[in-house]
Amino acid sequence: MKNVLTSDATLVSNYIQGDENSLAILIKRHKQRIYSFIYSKVYDRDVAEDVFQDTFIKVIKTLKKGKYNEEGKFLPWVMRIAHNLVIDHFRRNNRMPKFDNAGEFSIFSVLTDGALNAEKQMVKDQVHNDVRRLIEELPDDQREVLHMRMYQEMSFKEISERTGVSINTALGRMRYALINLRKVIEKHNIILTN
Amino acid sequence: MAKIYSTPTPGKKANDMNPKLETIAFLLNYSKALSVIPYKSMKFEALLN
Repeated sequence: MKNVLTSDATLVSNYIQGDENSLAILIKRHKQRIYSFIYSKVYDRDVAEDVFQDTFIKVIKTLKKGKYNEEGKFLPWVMRIAHNLVIDHFRRNNRMPKFDNAGEFSIFSVLTDGALNAEKQMVKDQVHNDVRRLIEELPDDQREVLHMRMYQEMSFKEISERTGVSINTALGRMRYALINLRKVIEKHNIILTN
Repeated sequence: MAKIYSTPTPGKKANDMNPKLETIAFLLNYSKALSVIPYKSMKFEALLN
């Protein structure tokens, strides 16, 4: 009976002065409305529980630090905190989508396919083919160096040993190979991006 | 997969829900453990279990 008679403002005031029981009464009085409000937004019991807890942790800290401005609006104030925390929750989830265990299970929500889709795969193959054809047009010495460097991943030292030229010559041939490729690409407006 | 509409949506029961008793108990214990220590213009939180 006492719970009904005591106003929120009085309970808050008592709590600030150290009466822990006042907090219990406040929580008991408003828990259903606050929890239902949170649940109506997040539709997940565990998340609602977390947000409810965080809401009251914030309430407790604010009250204990004496930062609460009593205007007889305890419930709207708590609801506002809960609302802000719900927004924070959704913001966080947007950044880091999480596995949703509540509703219908969809395996595709947790699995991501790193492979390219059919269209992108075709474009990629096309680009690779175009590059190969362009390389075929290069002078033999340049094509040889570029092939060893890019496709066989050999170092310039290895290339120089294999081809019997100095490292500087191998580097120069690579440079000219790239310059010539760029020239042909620009001249014919070839698009080589995926 | 098809959605099953024969089961009620979770939102319908949203108005008569309560947090778990453990959550409430945690909050009350947290409140008892938390003390704020003022020092000059600053305020420090201390959790004393």
